[in-house]
Amino acid sequence: MKNFFRLLNKSFLDIAPLIAIIVLFQLFVIGEPFPNPVKLGLGVFFSVFGLFLFMRGLEAGLFPLGESMAFSFAARGNIWLLLTFAASIGYTATIAEPTLMAIAEKAEQVTKGEITAFSLRNAVAIGVAIGIAIGSLRIILGHPIHYYLITGYFLVMVITTFAPSEIIGLAYDSGGVTTSSVTVPLVTALGIGLANSIGGRNPLIDGFGLIAFASLTPMITVMGYGILVL
Amino acid sequence: MRELLTVLITDFFSVLRDVAPVLGVALFFQLVFLRKPLPNPHRIFLGFLAVVCGLYIFLIGLDMAIFPVGEAMAKKLAHPESKKWALLFAFCIGYTTTLAEPALLAVAAKAEEITAGGLKSFALRNAVATGVAIGLGIGVYRIFSGDDLWIYILVGYIIAIALTFVAPEEIIPLAYDSGGVTTSTITVPLVTVLGLGLAANIPGRDPFIDGFGLIAFASVFPIITLLGYATIIRLTSGQKNYRR
Repeated sequence: MKNFFRLLNKSFLDIAPLIAIIVLFQLFVIGEPFPNPVKLGLGVFFSVFGLFLFMRGLEAGLFPLGESMAFSFAARGNIWLLLTFAASIGYTATIAEPTLMAIAEKAEQVTKGEITAFSLRNAVAIGVAIGIAIGSLRIILGHPIHYYLITGYFLVMVITTFAPSEIIGLAYDSGGVTTSSVTVPLVTALGIGLANSIGGRNPLIDGFGLIAFASLTPMITVMGYGILVL
Repeated sequence: MRELLTVLITDFFSVLRDVAPVLGVALFFQLVFLRKPLPNPHRIFLGFLAVVCGLYIFLIGLDMAIFPVGEAMAKKLAHPESKKWALLFAFCIGYTTTLAEPALLAVAAKAEEITAGGLKSFALRNAVATGVAIGLGIGVYRIFSGDDLWIYILVGYIIAIALTFVAPEEIIPLAYDSGGVTTSTITVPLVTVLGLGLAANIPGRDPFIDGFGLIAFASVFPIITLLGYATIIRLTSGQKNYRR
């Protein structure tokens, strides 16, 4: 019970700064009273409780699932199965991502159909799939991440110089929008589980980094798509 | 009442759409290929349920408490004459939304766990949140100045790569991960309203190009601040690694 309140309080402290900023701006910059204080209080209570449940659920469900799947993949020793899994997680998590769908619709309107929402979403999702697969391969091989990242960002810079200008902002944004609150913990646990199940690996150096790949490769695939169609 | 019901239903579907595909793929591989029983399946199932319900309740709470007010505020501040306030708002919103971002909480908790407390969750999140705050501040400044987006982002990535050569090896994967994690549940809705509003209200800006570009800023600058923070700590404390 004491633990329960300690964790609830922790979630409250995570959200409190955001609430405080919104309330302060409303009162002192906009200069209007807060429209509905009761709704505010109730909303704060809900969001604190929701965050608390989410954090408990991570420990009990998502982290163990990702890690135990990583152990099973390592035990089977079939690298292609693992890479297929990594790519499938990347693709499915991205293709229906609400933010991406909104941006893709907008892109289709603005370019009058030269970019289609469907193919843009696919370009991003394929990018994420490739990224998580390459990232998993790196964990298996135990390579330092620098070489991959530096090569990746160098490619981004080179492609930027001859990509059509309309696609560049879109491509840079697509790196950030693809990672939802459920995919991130699962993929993180997968990476750490892989690093832990291979002897002699440091989970900090080898286990993290999958999300980094998932934000890098879509920039390349989206600019590549832009070069093809624009 | 009707308004509340709409919120309840749309939030439910947005969480479901977030969760279902990933869960489906995980279960498919687990049942068809791995076929190894999960340890403690009941606990994992309950945990999954808690994650989904938790995110759902979290979103409902934010929708009740701050999203409508915050979005109205972003719209109001998105005017050329309130430039100072728009910059300050972007900075503060970047910092505070990142501290409450569930995906970042997850990564930071994991990092604290595997280093047995050698890397503190709050220190990590604080460094990342500072990066998002600076990034969004610069991003909003760029919408006012009208400079090319890609120059800013490329310079950001060049600084990040340069720092990669001096930062402690153990922080590098985490730092680049944090760039992708910062913009998921809370930051994007508020920031998009601000960016689109500014781009619509400042003459000569394209909502499509200038409005959406803010997310890119929120992804580059946390890498820089986290690498920088870890480098400074390493130089001043002389500690060799994070694991105890």
